[in-house]
Amino acid sequence: MAQPIIQVENFRKTYGTFVAVDDISFDVKPGEIFGLLGPNGAGKTTTLECLEGLRTPTSGQLRVAGIDPSSKPHKLTNLIGVQLQTGALPDSITPEEAIKFFCAYHNVPPRFDLLSRLGLTEKRKSQYHSLSAGQQRRLMLALAIAHDPQVVFLDEPTAGLDVATRVELHNMVRELKSKGTTIVLATHDMAEAEELADRVAILLRGKLVTIGTPLEITATGKGLTKISVRTEKRRLMAEDNHLPGVTQHHVKDEYSIYLSDDIGSTLTAIIDRVAAQGDSLIDLRVERPTLEDRFLELTNDGEAQ
Amino acid sequence: MNAFKNHFSFEFLTGIRNRQSLLMNYLFPLGFYLVMGLVMTEIFPLYQEMLIPAMVTFAVLASTLLGIPDPLVSSREKGIFRNYKINGVPSLSILLVPALTTLVHLVIVMLTIAISAPLLFDALVPTNWINFVIVFFALAFACIGLSVLIGVISPSSRTTILWSQAIFLPSMLLGGLTIPHNMLPGIAQKFAQLLPSTHAMNAFNGLAMARVADFSPWGSVVVLVFGGLMAFGLALYLFSWDSHNSTRRGHPLLALLALVPYVVGIFLLK
Repeated sequence: MAQPIIQVENFRKTYGTFVAVDDISFDVKPGEIFGLLGPNGAGKTTTLECLEGLRTPTSGQLRVAGIDPSSKPHKLTNLIGVQLQTGALPDSITPEEAIKFFCAYHNVPPRFDLLSRLGLTEKRKSQYHSLSAGQQRRLMLALAIAHDPQVVFLDEPTAGLDVATRVELHNMVRELKSKGTTIVLATHDMAEAEELADRVAILLRGKLVTIGTPLEITATGKGLTKISVRTEKRRLMAEDNHLPGVTQHHVKDEYSIYLSDDIGSTLTAIIDRVAAQGDSLIDLRVERPTLEDRFLELTNDGEAQ
Repeated sequence: MNAFKNHFSFEFLTGIRNRQSLLMNYLFPLGFYLVMGLVMTEIFPLYQEMLIPAMVTFAVLASTLLGIPDPLVSSREKGIFRNYKINGVPSLSILLVPALTTLVHLVIVMLTIAISAPLLFDALVPTNWINFVIVFFALAFACIGLSVLIGVISPSSRTTILWSQAIFLPSMLLGGLTIPHNMLPGIAQKFAQLLPSTHAMNAFNGLAMARVADFSPWGSVVVLVFGGLMAFGLALYLFSWDSHNSTRRGHPLLALLALVPYVVGIFLLK
C-alpha cells in the first residue's frame, strides 16, 4: 500500500484563545482527490495554509511529500502548487508575464498553453486589475499547476466562475489526477466535492466530524431516499398507503413521491402493489441523499450540540 | 538568474505602467525640477549653482521615499507576498528588485536633469562628474534602503505616509535643497545631519560642484553608504511575508538603528 503523500497527525492551530483547528488527523494518498468541506470558519483554509507552509501549527505533525512544511517550506516550492483563496498578483502584471515570472522561479519553461485552456488567450496582455474575478481565479489556477507539482491545493477554486469555465476546471482537475497528481480541494460546493473527490473530510468548528468517500458519508446519515413513481392508471396517487419504510408520502405533478428509510422494502412493495392493481409503471426515480444533505445534517447536529 | 531577470523586467515596466509609480519616478521630480528651474533661478540667481544637485536629490527623495514603501505595504497586505513565498520568490528579490528598478528610473531622471539644466536654466555643471555619480549612487542607496525599511515595518498605507513624510518634509526644508545648510540655526544644522539629503548636498558641493562643503564631504558619502547598508540589512531582517499570520523576527522599532550612521556623523564629521 502506497505511503500517504500528506500526513496530518493531531494537528492543532490556535490564534490567542481561539481554537481554529482542534486536534485533527487524516492522510491523503498519492493521486487522490481529497475534499475538505466545512462551513465558514471551520478551519479549512487554516489547515491548507499550514500544509502549504504559510502558517505554523500550534502542535501536531504535518508532512507533505515527506517534508515538514513549517520548518522547510522552501523544499516544498517545486512539489506543491497552490491556488490561494485570498492570493493576489500585482495590479499591473499581465497573465503572460505572470506565467513567465512564476515558471522562471520554478525553473520550468513558461506554460502559455494553460492560458488558452483556461480561456485567457484574449486577455494575455491585459493587466491583472482589469481581469474579472473569474479570470483572475483562472489565472491563479494556471499558475498553481504550471510547474507540474506533485500536490495541488485548491481553495474554493470555482467560486465566481461561470458554468463553462467550471466544467473546464473540473476536466483539468480530472486530467491532473489521471497524471498522478494529488489534489486537495477545499470547497463549499458539495456537488463539486461529490463529483470530483475520492474522499472528503468534513470539518466543523475546527474538528473533523467525518471522513470517507462521498458514498460512505451519505450512507451513514439519517437521510431519507426519495422515490418518485408515475403509473399509467395513476392508482398509487389515490392511495394514502402505508408502505414499508415510508415515512412521508405526497403527490406532485402526477407523481407519487415517497420518502423512505428502507429503500429495498419500499421499492419491492411499490412494484408489487402496481402489479396487483393491474397498473403499469411509466417512470420510477430513486434519489439517494446527497453529500449536501449529509453535510447539512452534520452541521445542524453540530450547531445543536 | 532567469527568474531574477524576469522579475526585474516586470517590475521595471510597472514603474512606467502604474500611474502612481510613473508619477513618483518621473512626472513629480521632473515637473518640480521645471518649476524650480523657472522660478528659483529668476528670484535667486545663485540657485543656478545648486539647481542640478538639489533637483537630483529631490528626484531621489521623491522616487524612493514616496514611491517605494507603499507598493511594498499593499503587496504584503493584499497577499501578493504569500503567493510569492509559495512559488519560491526569495525575500531578497522582493526587496532588491524594486530597489534596482527604482535606481534605473533614477539614473534616467538624473541624466535628464544634468543634461537639460545647463541648456534650459544656465545651471552650473558639475566640475567632477565621477564624484557627482559617486554621490548620486550613495544618496540613492541610502534613500532606497530607508524606503524599503519603511515598506517593511509599516502596518498600513496610512502609517507608510507618516514615516515617509517624516523624512521627506524635513529633507525639503532643512536638507539643503532650498536653504543652504550653513544658513540654518545651529540646532537645526545638527538635526539636519540626520537626513540623507543634507549629506548628499554637502558631498555634491564639496566633491562635484567646486563649492564649499560645511563638513567632510567624503565623510558624508561614508554616512550615506553605511546608512544604506544598515537600512537594507534591517529591512531584510524585519521582513515578513504576511502581517497577520506570521511573526516578525524583531520589533519594528529596531528600524531606528538605521539612523545610527547619521547620529555618529553628527559627532564625527567636522
